[in-house]
Amino acid sequence: MNSNNAKARNLRAGVLYFPGTNCERDLVHALENIYGIKTELLWHTESFQTEHDLYFVPGGFSYGDYLRSGALAARSISMRSLKEAAQQGRMIVGICNGFQILTEAGLLPGALVRNEKLKHVCRWVGLEAAGKWAAHIDKPFQLPVSHSEGNYIAPEETIRELVNEGRILCKYSENVNGSTENIAGITDRSGRILGLMPHPERALEPTNDFTYTKNTPGRYFFDTLLGMV
Amino acid sequence: MHYQGKVKVRFKKSVLEPQGKAVELQLKETHHSGILEIRVGKWIDVLIDAESEKEALSKLQALADEVLYNPVMEVCEIEVEKV
Repeated sequence: MNSNNAKARNLRAGVLYFPGTNCERDLVHALENIYGIKTELLWHTESFQTEHDLYFVPGGFSYGDYLRSGALAARSISMRSLKEAAQQGRMIVGICNGFQILTEAGLLPGALVRNEKLKHVCRWVGLEAAGKWAAHIDKPFQLPVSHSEGNYIAPEETIRELVNEGRILCKYSENVNGSTENIAGITDRSGRILGLMPHPERALEPTNDFTYTKNTPGRYFFDTLLGMV
Repeated sequence: MHYQGKVKVRFKKSVLEPQGKAVELQLKETHHSGILEIRVGKWIDVLIDAESEKEALSKLQALADEVLYNPVMEVCEIEVEKV
């Protein structure tokens, strides 16, 4: 059990999902079984009461990536409620396709376009926490990625803001997709809306860890996140 | 009245468009002479019910702005034609 003791704090989480989402159960497992957080799945056709302490928009291929990755999910009914939650300052995390959805919804700046070399990248990658997160995770770590559109772009001015305001959450040690500034994840101005391409929820069990060191590096992310809720 | 709307969505010049780049490099390799650059975009047909061409155009523009293109990475041109 983590040091933040999410269970004792009675934290509640909401996990949004859409047709084609495929990482929602990994998140429910992580939140409920590892962190003891009561977690509710929120289907896209329903609005919801913004009564959870934190929200996740999981990975997958919402709407088959039709039109643009995340474009159609970003315009769903449940996303209207998520925007209300954002205004109330709730913690919101978009992972992989969830990151794409948050940029499409305008909750995070920029966009994620096709990987520079056109290939789907599915492997563990080296990462370093950056910006304000560097104080919480002070050593390099590794997480799995699996995406075709993880190449982060934004107007130059936005990139400058992200750097100067410490809003880059983590960077790839090796640029696997052509992402500007090696960006793997960012936050909004408040630091309470997060988007990242790597999958911390896939690195929470000792058996997930390809390095066989049983480091479960996904916990660096979740422990830090829950400390902020 | 029905209007046929056409929406042309292309990546901004400043954004790498890898599909077009791959097509371009392959065709250059196979000796198609005089091909300088290829960029692949999207063409979206939208059938619209509206009272006038002006209304059809404004409905299509609203749809394009709302969802059909993303101004961070793309540019969009629209037109409508009575059918």
